This record gives sequence, structure tokens and C-alpha cells, in this order.
Amino acid sequence: METKETVRIGAGAGTSDDRMVPALELAERGDINYLVFECLAERTVSRENLARSKDPNLGYSPSLHARLRMVLPACMRNGIRIVSNMGAANPLGGARAARKEAADLGLGDVPVAVVLGDDVSSIVKHRPGLRLIENGEPLESILPAMISANAYLGADVVCEALNTGAPIVLSGRVADPSLFLAPMMHEFGWAYGDLPKIAQGTAAGHLLECTASVTGGCFGWPGKKDVPDLARNGFPFADVKADGSIVIGKTPGTGGRLDVMTCTEQLIYEIHDPTAYITPDCVLDITGVALTQESADRVRVEHARARPATDTYKVNVGYADGYIGEGEVSYGGIDAIERAKWAAEIVKERLKLQGFVYDDFRVDLIGMSSLHGELDKRPEPYEVRLRMAGRTRERKAAHAIGFEVRAMHMHGPGGAGGAIEPRVRDVLAVKSVLLPKNMVNAQVVVEGKL
Amino acid sequence: MTVRVYDLAHARAGDKGNTSNISVICYDAKHWDFIERELTPERVAEAFKHLAKGPIRRHPLRNLKAFNFVIENALGGGVTVSLAQDIHGKSYSNLMLAIELPDPK
Repeated sequence: METKETVRIGAGAGTSDDRMVPALELAERGDINYLVFECLAERTVSRENLARSKDPNLGYSPSLHARLRMVLPACMRNGIRIVSNMGAANPLGGARAARKEAADLGLGDVPVAVVLGDDVSSIVKHRPGLRLIENGEPLESILPAMISANAYLGADVVCEALNTGAPIVLSGRVADPSLFLAPMMHEFGWAYGDLPKIAQGTAAGHLLECTASVTGGCFGWPGKKDVPDLARNGFPFADVKADGSIVIGKTPGTGGRLDVMTCTEQLIYEIHDPTAYITPDCVLDITGVALTQESADRVRVEHARARPATDTYKVNVGYADGYIGEGEVSYGGIDAIERAKWAAEIVKERLKLQGFVYDDFRVDLIGMSSLHGELDKRPEPYEVRLRMAGRTRERKAAHAIGFEVRAMHMHGPGGAGGAIEPRVRDVLAVKSVLLPKNMVNAQVVVEGKL
Repeated sequence: MTVRVYDLAHARAGDKGNTSNISVICYDAKHWDFIERELTPERVAEAFKHLAKGPIRRHPLRNLKAFNFVIENALGGGVTVSLAQDIHGKSYSNLMLAIELPDPK
């Protein structure tokens, strides 16, 4: 394989609900070599596991179809390889769906390298003594309700999948930055021992994993932090060289802004101890990182450091944990707050009279206290929306919340309007354990002919 | 006279499990020492006392003109079980920015 001087890795999605067009813009005119779609939130794999249990062909990210249909022609035309965790709870099923999309688009027989082994449910099932990171309880406490258990695999096995040469790599759970580090390891032959390079690549992956967060999304503030043409904000890429030098840029001609401020917000995002950001590939230290504006919409990343990876994988265990019910209704004008508070008391009393019990219950006055709780010195708004929510073991009890809030139209204080239909959702809770890496069998299989 | 964190810094909140992390990033490096002196974990705990049990840790990042506040037991059990509207606590950064500090001048 010919080694490129600079490899350009684009971020095509940072969540399963991410916007789609900016990924197409990257594929068409971003001059990228790789397009990475990160599409798994904490509970997504659990949800997809449930989908697969109902239909064995499902269980991959439902957005796979639309995303690949949109970008595949440009990616195949421009020689861009796709890396994604859209395989979710069924990477093989995802691979078959991807190959069908390619065939339907007239792109022929496109092989897909599939990363397997993140599903460790059969392994942890026999280790009820593993401790839950969140509360120190044994795994046993949630095992009966377990729906899924997936290890955050690292860049090494994704790199192995890229080594097959398949244009598309699909995985289930892989740590977000690892999806971006893998193409760098593949292109430049970096190994886990090359810590300064692994550190740089991991920092770059972390900067890219939330797409628009470095290009002005989740950032703007009128008059204070202006973002030009935010409606057309583009997605970012990293220009990576074999020596580990990294520059973050974005698709030319798109809106948004990419500078030291946007990159700083994303670099610290979801990090706890900045000297020890643990990924499956290394323990990253960002306390020496320097970000500098190299030119318009280009930021250089330097001096990331890392220590060797730990010998465990973090495993997310998804389990069924009852139901959440919700209801909402609005009050406006004189004494709006007083009427909303009175309504809340009536609903609570009616739920109690029916004998419903809740593990957790919450009353929000949207417009007053729903985001930051009750604070002093807050002016009363003209109108307010009452929201009530509870978590419970019983679906009926969950439904009753929205039912009783809606009944405020006819059976509550005067002038209630705009109640929503009662809302009930299954709770897919997630807790984590650490599993020794040597117990996990990460592997690659190829669907289709290379 | 007081200033708000908003006047000197920008911020962003993230979530992991039941823990919220909020970056506070100075617009100008010259305010870093002032923020370090005044925006103590205790002051942040006071602002978040009705939302988070804590503990709260503050990690300095002078290289980025920033601090990272890590607030435990802050998200109603975490995104998967929380009853909040803003299950991720994304809006917490705005509560941080509203904290008042003594005038640096």
C-alpha cells in the first residue's frame, strides 16, 4: 500500500440523529479519504438489541439506510472508505443491509468488513460478581433484567478490519475516538507503543466525534459568540501526518466557524480528569495540549500525551428498568403559576388515590424551573407549562400521569390548555462494568468478495 | 460591583452517567488567575446545591485558559433513567455562566 503524506478523515455523524447533508458535502467536496459515522449513544445498543429480538434481520442503526444511500455514490466515486459503528447490535445484519444499498444504487458487489466481539453478554452473564462502576453493587443486581452487554472495543480491531481493504467497515460498540484513530493506525502503521502518535490521534478523534461541535454547533450566542451562517454549518475533518501532526478543518464553502474557542469546548467535553481520559487505546492527558489557529477554519493540535491503555474494557450493560410516564399542560395570564401549581397537587392526589407508586417523581414548571430548578429572584413568566413525570415498575401507573394531567382540561383549575397525549416509554437503563481485555474475543469477518 | 462568569468566560456541559462536566474557558488568559481564585468548587456547589449532591472537583487546564468542573450525582440518575426534560444537563453551562463573582478591578 502506498503511504499518503496526509490522510484526511472526515466526521460524518456524531449521533444516530445527526444531520445528514453535511456528511454528503464532506464526501463530495471535502477531499477526504475516510468518512466516519459515529451513531451510538449509551442506550442505543440496548434498544437495537430489542429490535433484533423481534426481527433477527434488524438491530443495526435504522439510520444506516438513509446515510449510506446518500453518501455511497460519492464515496465510491472518490475512493473514500467508510468506518462506522452503525452495526449497533447486529453488525452482520448491518453489513448485509449496506451491501444491498450499494447494489440497489448500481454500485455492484461492495464488500464490508465487520467487527465482531463487542457483544459480551454471554461472558458477563457468568460473572455476576463483577462490580458496577456507578454504585459498587454486583452485576447480579441487574442481571435478571439485562438486555445487552457491550464492550467498548478499541482502534486495533477496527484497524484490522481496514487492513482487509474493504471499502466499508461496520462495527457495533467501539469507543468513539477509536473509530477515528483506526484509519491513522492503518495508514501510517502506528502501534499502541507509539504513544505520542496514539495520543495525538485520540485527541483528534475526540475533537471530531461530535461533528458540528467544533464547527459552531452547540456554541453560538448572539452578540457574544457569533456563528456565521449557522444554518449551513459544515462538518469537520482532521488532516493527519505520519509523524502525528494534526490540523482540524472543515468542508470548504460551508457555514459555521472552526477556531480555538470551538475546539477548546469540544476538547474538554465529557472529560473528567483531564490527565486521564481513558479509552481502550490509551490514557489520554490533555493538560499539555496546545490549540493554535493556523489559518481561517483550521486549528492545529499539538502536544497531546498518553500513557499505555488499561488492561480492561469498559462494558455497558443495558437493562429494563420500568417505565417513565409524562404529561404536560399550559396555563397563561393572571396567576398562571398559581394555577399550574394547584393542578400539580390535584394530579398527585389523584394518582395517590388510585394507589400508584413511583420510584421517582418530578414536577416542572416549564418557563420557570424545568432546567435549573427552583431559584430565588426569578421573575414570574406570563405563561407556564406544567410538566409531570414519574418512573415506575407499572406501565399503568406511568400512563396515569399523562392521563391525569390531560384531565386538567376538564377537571382542574380554570383555563388549562394544550395538554399532550399521555406519554409512556420503556426505561432502558445502562450501568457499566470493567472486563479484562483477554476475556474478549474481538474479530473481523468480511461479508462479500474482496 | 460584581461580574458574572459569563462576562469573562464561555462554557459547555457534558454528561457521563450521573456526572456532569462543565468547562469554563476564559476569553482572555489574563482572567485565569481571577477565575481560579473566585470560582471555587464551593461557590459552584452553592449554585448547584438544589440540582446536584456532588462532590464537585475542579481540574485546572491553564494550557487551554480553562477549568473543568466535574459534578457528581447531578443528572437525576443519568440520561437513561432521568425524569428531567434536559436529561443531559446541557443547559447547566448557562447556570454556571450566571454565577456572580466579585468585581476583579
